[in-house]
Amino acid sequence: MNNSDPGKAGSFSRRSFLKSIGTTAVATAAAQTQSIAAELEKANAETTIGPGAVPVTLQVNGEALKLQLEPRVTLLDALRNYSSLTGSKEGCDRGTCGACTVMIDDTPVYSCMKLAIEAQGHAITTVEGLAKDGKLTKVQQAFMERDALMCGYCTPGFVMSVSALLKKNFRPTADEVRHACVGNICRCGTYPRIMEAALQAAGVATAMNKTEVITYG
Amino acid sequence: MADTPAPELHWPKDPKYISQSTRRIDAVAKLTGKARYSSDIQAEGWLYGMILRSKWAAARITSINCEKALKVPGIKAAVTVKDGERRIHYYGEELAAVAGTSKTACLDALRAIEVKADELPFAVREEDAMKPDAPKVWDDTDSNVSKPKVTERGEVDKAFSECSAVVEGFFVTPVQIHHPMETHGNTVSWTDEGVTAYASTQGISSVRDGLAGALKVPNSQVRVLTDYMGGGFGAKFGQGVEGTLAARLSKEAKAPVRLMLTRFDQALAVGNRPSSFQKIKLGATADGKLHAFQLESYGTAGIGAGASSAGGGGGADFPAPYLYKIANDNVRVTQTTVAVNAGSARAFRAPGNPTASFAMESILDELAVKMGVDPLELRIKNDPNKERQQEYKVGAERFGWKEKYKKPGSSPGVIKTGIGLASATWGGGGSKNTRGEVQISPDGSVEVRMGVQDLGTGTRTVLAVIAAEVFGLKPEQITVKIGDTHYPPGPGSGGSTTCASISPAIFDTCTNALQQLQTQTGIADARGENWLGACKKLGVNPLTVQGKWQEGLSSRGAGGVQFAEVAVDTETGLVTVKKMTCVHDCGLIINKLTLESQIYGGVIMGMGYALYEQRVMDRQSGVVLNPNFETYKLTGLSDMPEFDIVLLNMPERGVIGIGEPATIPTASAIANAVANAIGVRVSSLPITPDKVLQALGKVPTAKPESVS
Ligand code: FES
Ligand code: FES
Repeated sequence: MNNSDPGKAGSFSRRSFLKSIGTTAVATAAAQTQSIAAELEKANAETTIGPGAVPVTLQVNGEALKLQLEPRVTLLDALRNYSSLTGSKEGCDRGTCGACTVMIDDTPVYSCMKLAIEAQGHAITTVEGLAKDGKLTKVQQAFMERDALMCGYCTPGFVMSVSALLKKNFRPTADEVRHACVGNICRCGTYPRIMEAALQAAGVATAMNKTEVITYG
Repeated sequence: MADTPAPELHWPKDPKYISQSTRRIDAVAKLTGKARYSSDIQAEGWLYGMILRSKWAAARITSINCEKALKVPGIKAAVTVKDGERRIHYYGEELAAVAGTSKTACLDALRAIEVKADELPFAVREEDAMKPDAPKVWDDTDSNVSKPKVTERGEVDKAFSECSAVVEGFFVTPVQIHHPMETHGNTVSWTDEGVTAYASTQGISSVRDGLAGALKVPNSQVRVLTDYMGGGFGAKFGQGVEGTLAARLSKEAKAPVRLMLTRFDQALAVGNRPSSFQKIKLGATADGKLHAFQLESYGTAGIGAGASSAGGGGGADFPAPYLYKIANDNVRVTQTTVAVNAGSARAFRAPGNPTASFAMESILDELAVKMGVDPLELRIKNDPNKERQQEYKVGAERFGWKEKYKKPGSSPGVIKTGIGLASATWGGGGSKNTRGEVQISPDGSVEVRMGVQDLGTGTRTVLAVIAAEVFGLKPEQITVKIGDTHYPPGPGSGGSTTCASISPAIFDTCTNALQQLQTQTGIADARGENWLGACKKLGVNPLTVQGKWQEGLSSRGAGGVQFAEVAVDTETGLVTVKKMTCVHDCGLIINKLTLESQIYGGVIMGMGYALYEQRVMDRQSGVVLNPNFETYKLTGLSDMPEFDIVLLNMPERGVIGIGEPATIPTASAIANAVANAIGVRVSSLPITPDKVLQALGKVPTAKPESVS
């Protein structure tokens, strides 16, 4: 599953502040309203950045990526359009296809649903960061051998979801692979091969599908 | 051109790579993020492009003002699709476009464009648009319904009276959206020297010609490049309105513009599979031979066809009767297309065929039930195709049809299982105009060039396999250059014709090249271990040779039979596909690995048509209600059944295509399996849980369903 970790930086958000007010406000006298307003202003002043571009530093594939970004720029937009890391794909830009999946601290995340500023201070891995010194990872290798890719546009997302799964769970079951890929869509229909590739990469025996050539006659 | 006249060509008898499994030669590029898709192009100084679309289903635009948009920081250009008054025919039609230095700037700019419009009445559903007093989609017509296409042969009424069993049914198929994972779009640069477009397309030549026409630039000044693209399924021919707009923005802004559609746009304006409503009647004589067929159908291709030649996009008709032989051709078919205020249809993987198949295969099963015969036997009796006769036999045996087949509805318990089958037929064949080029360098390296594109089917690898075979090298030793209109012309990737076009052409090219290499160097056999030595003898200049498609290496006609096993939960209405056995004729297999992938892909897309996919229009507002993946459901990994895929190898037929036949029968086979499981038929796709429960009589206040 892809999850959007709310992030640790700036955990005192405007929303949580308002929420905390909500629970106590019932009991507060009108006289307190002013101090609440003052505090709210202070809180907002502390956490407001932008709307113009601000300096953002992202740790991507072990390197610091320094960018100037409006706070509303997503991590996906930052990678694809403000740097040359176009390996993460944009399939929907709204958290429904998984083509943009990256790992943040080893957790698969939809990079289109994460603001770049939120991703600061975390280790971000994109598909470009997997193969070291030109050597494919087990997952990539298995995808290649099993032909778990066709047009390849969904592929980086699947590779990231499967890689993240195998980091946490060395020998997943088929059901666990299904669960890990539930947030990824492939329109070309490579799923049976992705399942085989994931299990192969984990060294789990696979014999799910049969194909056979029969000579006509 | 080849200097030596080519002798008659034959595929090698004992090939080393052809018919084997070869890994995609571009797999590493795709798996490491190095492959640059059209949407990844970062041309020097590129700008982001975005389109403003109509929020009205029908309107008369009186003015569009982009002044404020141009003032948004970062915005470099804004253009309207058309100046002055303009009629809008559907929600999502393009109005204007902007180019700017960031996506966020473009989003702001779109909001700043002022559009004045008079809203007009519209009809987005077929049943509404067909009413005599319905608002007209096209101003110049008096009906949204096209003139019927009528076929009448034999003596239909008499034939029905001769039948011992006659069944009738009404079947509905939805509008399906292509939704390739990479959306439509291009990066275009238009300067005084000409136009360069990086297009996400299945036809670089059609994009070149389209851009040249739309921009009034000589064809020779337009170059289209498609190194990698993320799927098309029939919707990505031509530059589209988005391509023309990107070019105009580029000229205006004096910079390359990357304009990719959003997923939302994708559901509105760049094609779909037409809907169908089919009233069908089928009769057979006592010997089980089909004897009479009648069909009345309508469907919508959106604004396409039906009422105005301005619409384009083709109609909603389909082949009928589908595939099976009707005695004496006693056939009566009436088909109409209904225009509605929605985006136009486009070719969609096996256009018309899955639609035709669903009703035909369903009614055939109804007939089998009525006659008390096995549906498999009924097909064997009425299918005129000899390859499929073999496929019924092979498939039924592997699937265990005889053991598994039970009377409809006789499966016990809450979760009922059932089986069904359906067949496919497709034309395909190669394109004569395909040409190729190969360059052999003195260092032994080989570069194959063709103006074709790989939409995920494995085109690049096919070229490498054949070149390697001819030269006695390994596929990974071949560099394949495709996706450039400067290369010799290749086919558009459609109609399952690519492999049958490019394989003979590149085989001819490489055969010519080998002969020339041998003649020029005096080495009798330059292949394999002699390759390097021969190439060295070329001296300083590489050898460049062209070739073209040749007769006798490919053929038309492809078919298949698919068997489905499903489980239906009669409490929730949920259908689960348990197993698919797919037997397909494959002619001469070029690459087994990628061929299998295409069959998986076709079946999986067919599962979507069967169970999940449907565009829903809102009749009140005229909008598409499910333009994104959270509401337009596609088949996912967790929906996968067990697969058994059988490739019927027929090398003597030469190369044929597989992309479309693989998707045609899937939905029909699943629908038949569902009917077999629960004993009643869900006669409209997709077979969603609500429809299953309704068919089972578990929804007390069921309204008539409608699909749009
Ligand atoms: S692009 Fe992020 S989930 Fe689709
Ligand atoms: S390989 Fe094309 S979308 Fe998955």
